[in-house]
Amino acid sequence: MTARIGVITFPGTLDDGDAARAARYAGAEAVPLWHADADLRGVDGVLVPGGFSYGDYLRAGAIAAQAPVMRSVIDAAAGGLPVLGICNGFQVLCEAGLLPGALTRNAGLKFLCRDQRLRIENAGTVWTSGYADGAEILIPMKNAEGRFVATEDELDRIEGDGLVVMRYVGDGHGQGNPNGSMRDIAAIGNPAGNVVGLMPHPEHAIDALTGPGTDGLAMFTAVVQAISGPVGASV
Amino acid sequence: MSTAQQAAVDTVARAASTPDQPQPFRELGLKDDEYQRIREILGRRPTDAELAMYSIMWSEHCSYKSSKVHLAYFGETTTDEMRSKMLAGIGENAGVVDIGDGWAVTFKVESHNHPSYVEPYQGAATGVGGIVRDILAMGARPVAVLDQLRFGPADAADSQRVVPGVVAGVAGYGDCLGLPNIGGEVEFDASYAGNPLVNAGSIGVLRSADMYTAHASGVGNKVILYGSATGLDGIGGVSVLASDSFAGDETGAGRKKLPSVQVGDPFAEKVLIECTLEVFAADLVVGIQDLGGAGLSCATSELASAGDGGMLVDLDQVPRRATGMTPAEVLSSESQERMCAVVEPAKVDAFLAVCAKWEVPAAVIGEVTDSGRLVITSGGEVVVDVPPRTVAHEGPVYHRPVQRPEAQDALQANTSASLPRPSVDELGGLITTMIGSPNLCSRDWVTNQYDRYVRGNTVLAQPADAGMLRIADDSVRGLAMATDSNPRFTALDPYAGAQLSLAEAYRNVAMTGAVPLAVTDCLNFGSPEDPGVMWQFSQAVRGIADGCRQLGIPVTGGNVSFYNQTGTTAILPTPVLGVLGVIDDVRRRVPAGVGGAGDVLVLLGETRDELDGSEWARVVHDHLGGMPPQVDLAAERRLAEVVAAAADVGLLTAAHDLSGGGLAQALVEMCVIGARGASVALPAGLDPFVALYSESAARAVVTVPADRIDELLALCADREQPAVRLGTVDADQRHGVPELAIEGVTTLSVADLRTAWQATLPALFG
Repeated sequence: MTARIGVITFPGTLDDGDAARAARYAGAEAVPLWHADADLRGVDGVLVPGGFSYGDYLRAGAIAAQAPVMRSVIDAAAGGLPVLGICNGFQVLCEAGLLPGALTRNAGLKFLCRDQRLRIENAGTVWTSGYADGAEILIPMKNAEGRFVATEDELDRIEGDGLVVMRYVGDGHGQGNPNGSMRDIAAIGNPAGNVVGLMPHPEHAIDALTGPGTDGLAMFTAVVQAISGPVGASV
Repeated sequence: MSTAQQAAVDTVARAASTPDQPQPFRELGLKDDEYQRIREILGRRPTDAELAMYSIMWSEHCSYKSSKVHLAYFGETTTDEMRSKMLAGIGENAGVVDIGDGWAVTFKVESHNHPSYVEPYQGAATGVGGIVRDILAMGARPVAVLDQLRFGPADAADSQRVVPGVVAGVAGYGDCLGLPNIGGEVEFDASYAGNPLVNAGSIGVLRSADMYTAHASGVGNKVILYGSATGLDGIGGVSVLASDSFAGDETGAGRKKLPSVQVGDPFAEKVLIECTLEVFAADLVVGIQDLGGAGLSCATSELASAGDGGMLVDLDQVPRRATGMTPAEVLSSESQERMCAVVEPAKVDAFLAVCAKWEVPAAVIGEVTDSGRLVITSGGEVVVDVPPRTVAHEGPVYHRPVQRPEAQDALQANTSASLPRPSVDELGGLITTMIGSPNLCSRDWVTNQYDRYVRGNTVLAQPADAGMLRIADDSVRGLAMATDSNPRFTALDPYAGAQLSLAEAYRNVAMTGAVPLAVTDCLNFGSPEDPGVMWQFSQAVRGIADGCRQLGIPVTGGNVSFYNQTGTTAILPTPVLGVLGVIDDVRRRVPAGVGGAGDVLVLLGETRDELDGSEWARVVHDHLGGMPPQVDLAAERRLAEVVAAAADVGLLTAAHDLSGGGLAQALVEMCVIGARGASVALPAGLDPFVALYSESAARAVVTVPADRIDELLALCADREQPAVRLGTVDADQRHGVPELAIEGVTTLSVADLRTAWQATLPALFG
């Protein structure tokens, strides 16, 4: 069966087309989901894409977390539905309580767009099973509010439970922690490993023509394989 | 509205009965004879609202009254062949060109200079918002933005306020719209200290059958205003009328005056874009116009005069975010993120339903008539009753005095010949100094604040020579665009300088493997009341138009910005030229960074001793004088054709044009971007300094795999393209790290070059 991956559009969502493209590249059918509609249309997984939902004039993701579609996503995630939040989507998942911590203004106080090196810290989630633990990947990041913060106690718990999925790494020009994220955290997951949020954009690294490479594609093929079984993927 | 205020509304009836009431037309920028002409057109004095409309629409910004007689030359020089690809040209919101396979592209660059000096963030942000709505109004999906920024000296105190604010404004608005920023320019020069230039460009893509224009046709069709509510922002000069109308009225004293620079809401624009594309797709629109400068005054008069000639509008229906607004204020408001559509009555409900889905406020404010009059009511009374063409199209036309400045001869006589030139021993140090100078250093600090990835079709962006986009997911067809201006060359010789600016943008597009197709311009000059400035302007226009004819690519539209001056000193004349190109297959695009190890570097074009107006003269000697480099558009065309032909058969692994900073700058950038070294020998028979720093036009450096160098040289020989081997990529790794080794001159590590090139703007602006 072809995996059906839902892609949510809030007013102000920007990377929904890119997320849908990545799902298609991984062999899935991309299913549009509308913020005001609680119906998840029977999808096998959900992408919460980047952008500025409702303008993000309050806290980033705060209003989107209350949208009808997110109420359904929260319920379905508890039942094991794979959910990936990218950039604004990560912020939404934190605001919705699906992931711990919060994303705040970058340490440099500027929007920053660059190709970022990341290390896979947990290849055990449904979204990262295509990588090896410790592997390094290069994908674009672009945000103004990507600084991951939590209390020290919570950070210790996140680390202890193995919820850190990716960290910012790299030496030299334009690499390393880009925004002051605590403990260099770029991505975290829930204990069940079906919900992951990350600030960088794997959907912009699926084709060397339009991105820095293809390192991001494995996130989408991994979930498609988990849904469809090992022979389902095709590009 | 209180009774006192209502009584103050100036109706047509009241205007007819009070012919002698004094009006503040001079404060609104109208000349005595212009005011008299309005009275003749109307056969009475104008109402406050009419006076507001005429004064804005007859302003330089809206009416092009000083430039019109010169801009006509573009039409005279556009041949039928050049016109054949144009679907819409000068006079529309933006030009549209056919790029084949049923696709069309619309593109334009506009200025938002003065607001950006007053309020850098909002000025720049709303500049982006305005140009994007122009593109949208043609029926296109906006797909990219580009920004052309010019500031005072990088180390000037005020640059700390203006530069970060403008860049953050472009970023904040463009990033939030989800449009990739794929190119532009940043330049620093003292002449912009009190008058930065903030130009913003946008590109849109549409199916050529789906183009829309701004016209109100079909009697009985409804006029719908949708988008943000209308407020008191951006009213500017028209506040004179408000204070006049409210004189002696105690309710007027407490009114909140907002700054005259508009405030942008990119989220509102994002939903406006999606909402508008949805009504286009459902075929719900007859004509459409964005609301930019002059707000409803412009939209209603332009829609009416381009259509059946009449329109009836009820201002009471306009959604507002301020109370107590006068009709003049509602008509003049430049509140952002608004559009005006003409919709058949049967489709109004469907249109409003799409607006409701996107939660975009919308209201039917009027309808199309065949009265030949634009009639506007407020509170049930007629406040405007005018022939719309007289507002939108039949404004004043000035034949301003044009005089070549007396100082021009002295400027041209003061050549760079007298400037001390460096010895060969000093060239290594000079390279490091030059690449770190504010006008040659890396723009990463700026471009890293812009999203270049969103929408997933960006094939090339900064620091590429031109930005390139794939047209659609299921296509390999692409478009490329570059914008350039060389104000220093233009100051030395406006005709040649404008052509060199055009040639640079044309060359940059060609470097990517794309074929240049069409041109837009944004002409930034000083005061048109200065005959010397008008001479610069008229020369530049003729240079661009003649140049476009020689290159065979039409000017499809443009923008003129006058009155750019610091104190009483005009800015350097700054004609920004935007060239659009197409490429059949984006997979054959050519990057700017050097290619693979062992590839051969080839210099294309002829180098002459041309250093007047160069970056070397600016950085080392703070000197501007002499004559700009020779213009040879036939050579530019040949170079572009050679690169396109070579790219088409996969010969090129890199191509980079030579412009500011000459060969030295190009070699450094190619090595740093490609993260590889190179070993080169400068062409024989040339002084090493001239070889490295001359800014002769029509030149480029390309790299080609070693086993295909003969093919490239044969291609060049066939087309009589001068070409000389410079050396090889990554050939000489004596120290185990990538180096740029220039034989007999210097050897510099690429890491050190990168540091010198990239450190400048972060050090200045954080």
